[in-house]
Amino acid sequence: MKFFNSLAALAVLGATAVVHVASAATLDDVMKKGFIQCGVSQGLPGFSNPDEKGNWTGIDIDVCRAVAAAVFGDANQVKYTPLSAKVRFTALQSGEIDILSRNTTWTLTRDTSLGLNFAGVNYYDGQGFMVPKKLGVKSAKELDGAAVCTNLGTTTELNMSDYFAANKMKYTPVVFEKADEVVAAYDAGRCDVYTTDRSGLAAQRLKMKDPDAHTVLPETISKEPLGPVVRHGDDQWLDIVKWTLFAMVEAEEQGITSKNVDDKLKSDNPATKRLLGVEGDMGEKLGLSNKWIYNIVKQVGNYGESFDKHVGPNTPLKLTRGVNALWNKGGLMYPMPIR
Amino acid sequence: MSSLDNNAQYPVGEHPNWEPPVSNVGVIGWMKHNLFSSRLNTILTLLAIYLLYTVIPPVVQWAILDADWVGSSKADCTGEGACWVYINVWWKQIMYGRYPDAELWRVQTAYVLGLVGLIPLMIPNFPKKKWISAYLLLLFPFMAYVLFSGDNLGLKLVETPLWGGLFLTLVIAITGIVASLPLGILLALGRRSNMPVIKTLCILFIEFWRGVPLITVLFMASVMFPLFLPQGVNFDQLLRALIGVALFAAAYMAEVVRGGLQAIPKGQYEAAQALGLSYWKTTIFIIMPQALKLVIPGIVNVFIALFKDTTLVSIIGLFDFLGMIQLVNTNPDWLSFAIEGYVFAAVIFWFFCFGMSRYSQHLEKKLHTGH
Amino acid sequence: MNNPDPALFGSAPPKPSIWNDPFYRSLFFQFSAFVVVVLLGKYLFDNTTENMARQGIASGFGFMGSVSGFDVTSSLVEYNASSTYGQAFLVGLLNTLLVSAVSIFLATMIGFVIGIARLSSNWLIAKMATVYIEVLRNIPLLLQIFFWYFAVLRPLPSPRQSLDMFDIAFINNRGLYLPSPVFGDLAIWVLIALVVAIVAIVFLTRWAKRKQDETGETFPLFLTSVGLLIGLPLLALVVTGFPVHWEMPVLQGFNFRGGLTLIPEFVALTLALSTYTAAFIAEVVRAGIQAVPKGQTEAANALGLRSGVILRQVIIPQAMRVIIPPLTNQYLNLTKNSSLAAAIAYPDLVLIFAGTVLMQTGQAVEIIFITMAVYLLISLSIALFMNWYNKRMMLVER
Repeated sequence: MKFFNSLAALAVLGATAVVHVASAATLDDVMKKGFIQCGVSQGLPGFSNPDEKGNWTGIDIDVCRAVAAAVFGDANQVKYTPLSAKVRFTALQSGEIDILSRNTTWTLTRDTSLGLNFAGVNYYDGQGFMVPKKLGVKSAKELDGAAVCTNLGTTTELNMSDYFAANKMKYTPVVFEKADEVVAAYDAGRCDVYTTDRSGLAAQRLKMKDPDAHTVLPETISKEPLGPVVRHGDDQWLDIVKWTLFAMVEAEEQGITSKNVDDKLKSDNPATKRLLGVEGDMGEKLGLSNKWIYNIVKQVGNYGESFDKHVGPNTPLKLTRGVNALWNKGGLMYPMPIR
Repeated sequence: MSSLDNNAQYPVGEHPNWEPPVSNVGVIGWMKHNLFSSRLNTILTLLAIYLLYTVIPPVVQWAILDADWVGSSKADCTGEGACWVYINVWWKQIMYGRYPDAELWRVQTAYVLGLVGLIPLMIPNFPKKKWISAYLLLLFPFMAYVLFSGDNLGLKLVETPLWGGLFLTLVIAITGIVASLPLGILLALGRRSNMPVIKTLCILFIEFWRGVPLITVLFMASVMFPLFLPQGVNFDQLLRALIGVALFAAAYMAEVVRGGLQAIPKGQYEAAQALGLSYWKTTIFIIMPQALKLVIPGIVNVFIALFKDTTLVSIIGLFDFLGMIQLVNTNPDWLSFAIEGYVFAAVIFWFFCFGMSRYSQHLEKKLHTGH
Repeated sequence: MNNPDPALFGSAPPKPSIWNDPFYRSLFFQFSAFVVVVLLGKYLFDNTTENMARQGIASGFGFMGSVSGFDVTSSLVEYNASSTYGQAFLVGLLNTLLVSAVSIFLATMIGFVIGIARLSSNWLIAKMATVYIEVLRNIPLLLQIFFWYFAVLRPLPSPRQSLDMFDIAFINNRGLYLPSPVFGDLAIWVLIALVVAIVAIVFLTRWAKRKQDETGETFPLFLTSVGLLIGLPLLALVVTGFPVHWEMPVLQGFNFRGGLTLIPEFVALTLALSTYTAAFIAEVVRAGIQAVPKGQTEAANALGLRSGVILRQVIIPQAMRVIIPPLTNQYLNLTKNSSLAAAIAYPDLVLIFAGTVLMQTGQAVEIIFITMAVYLLISLSIALFMNWYNKRMMLVER
């Protein structure tokens, strides 16, 4: 008898239970628990990446922070759940997280049969190929017979199948569960090619032994609109996340930044006044405070600031705005009118 | 007088006491008996020596002689060998995950509190073992939970996603084994019950959990569990993994306990019945104390298996010991030290598991009071 | 004292009340346990269906017929991106069975060798076997899989610098390339010859056993069997004029085309599973051999049998009775452990079906249910087979 007792060291079981009962509305639920549970990647520099203290940064993180700023007036009221590509949708469906902001591609199937709704796009991307420079490949059309490493459970798997079939080429897929395992295997020479979203290639490249020994091929083989996802059937919450995204872009369009937002409060421009809640009741219509956009811009910044800070030319990722520029600068970022 | 003349004839009873031949005693004799006793054995020995020669020197060279031990950054790893600086720098993350620095004393205090109870129990004939067991089983888990989680007694709340490293591995393995023990005992009793419905239910439960891989159980616990519950009811992710692990371990525990129950002679039951004891009294006071004593080595083995299996939680996104090492391995400043990380993990796991299996073997010998 | 006191020995004991009657009590307990389980099951089922309906998650098994749209690394059956999810399931299942079967075979071989080596009279060999067992079984399998994967992968050259073995087989970090046989029409006779050889061996074994039981004469069964197995198909080949040619792997573009390919994931997983499980099997074998009374060895020695014969004919057959039940457990563990394949991209059931298919369809409940059911079924089949084998090996008590 004595021995099994001696094994009894930690019965943390019953006590750790953090049981909460929530209503159907995510907003009420979130208000009650006091924070937003945000599903993010397990570590993708520039998008969602933890430092050794567990502080997360990235443009996907900024979406969650912006929603928290809009809802609570405090961008730090977010908790992060790192998810693999495989479990991300189930985690959202099951209610474990409130928003999935994890470089997730918007597709018809996901929007319909998974019980999810996409709230918008915070990064327009496309799938690309990376190869070691020493292979001497200049175009994706030369990849016949290559072994291709990629992540499990992504649109990537389907796109490359389409691409190779369309170009009548053969290939061997090597599919890993975690992005880090893909990088390790590619680095170890298991594959000739590493394929994922171009932004992902730029980010994962930083984890390789010699980042400069690899090159990204010019072809973009797919459209990958990446954006935050919420559960189906909660329109209010969907609206909040959707308009938070628009607000960040609209703020950039109007030239409101985290630095000048306090000055802009005194602006005479009616659109700016409406945006910052000096006039009108835009926030109340969403069930939020009218200061919501002020809080977002003040604490998180506008879309351009977020982009430059995490993935822009001055970061290790060195990505240019490209199609992610504002619509009036030749890009696709077109916020719906906030009025 | 040539006393060494083998062929000399001696009168009966006057043969001198000679030393045994040199080739049969001492080092040479031992080698002759144990290494070169036949042609086959000689070949095997030489092959084995060659194998050891090819494996051991390079490993020692890499892990010890050429290794870098002190420093604080990648630049300090200049040698050809292992870079143990890496483990040194990330020690805190590997041991405790992202548990806040200022609160680490809480985990360490709990370790000390646990060891204070555990060590006396492992010393034979230590007095008052019943009280120590009660402390470990009832008081300690409560104290450990308060310390780890906080949010009361003036302690700051530390959320479970911040738990990690070897600390989390220990939490999962130990909670799993402690929670599975009572459940396993009930299942084992149920499986031996003479009520057909209860027996069938227990067999189904045990065989189900024993038949599926832990990884599917963990996946179910981590992502599907909330779908099974009413809308909005949700548990902490760690707790769900713990429930999965405990149910899984309970099935194995039940089989171990059943082995112990089967070893109890029928006379014990009959004697208890003759004394007029009820089923539960018989079980609690007569059968279980004897059966559990018999299956202690088996329980330790289940614990070892569980301890090794906790590495799978890294697949569902908990940063246990191995998960933390993998995370650290991808730090851009510290690339290409994955081997050091994995070797370190292997050594630590080995020490824990080997120690426990030795202890279980020692107990087995001690308990083996039969023929 | 002829008439016992009627107060002590009544003709019939008083009937207990229904509450204390063991029969009714057990009936009551069983009924309530049953009801609780059914209600719990219904509660969980209702919650799940309600949650899924509310969130608009697709349900049902119809997805098995839809087009999958993804490719897999290696497959035993014809499969491509236009195959269905059902076929993808089959690919994963077959790959799981393949890696389990090969690993079980190898683990048994290695396990028996190490287990016997541990009892060797050679001190060095015995110690090395002990070290092997203690090291491998005390390190988590997942770590060992990573070790083998990168240990196999790193030192190997890229396809263009492949290690060449007589221009027949090639090794590089994409795998091991072997020529594959292409059978002509007449090759069916070779297969028939093989079957005939196997049937002949079965009968020969029975005959040899009977002969030994009756007359004590032994028959060189092993050599004859090997001769039959090789000789008959060879004869068929010669008679039909070699209707087989070999398809050679050829370096083309990035890699070899044609022939048979063993992918490194398969090799690493097989190595990890078989060496890890072998450590446990070795302990099982050791315990089994030690369970055979020493008198058996001594008696066999006294009869003048040689040590190899003693091991094969006296010790192992008796040890098998002790070995089989725990060996079954090891086989079951190995099969379940093969699910760790997902960690190194071996396309098994968990990776393809509970991974990619689950991701593409999002039907977690159905897919995890099927996956668990399949593993249960495999476990059950292995257990049934080993029980049957155990019955055959059991000591017939007289």
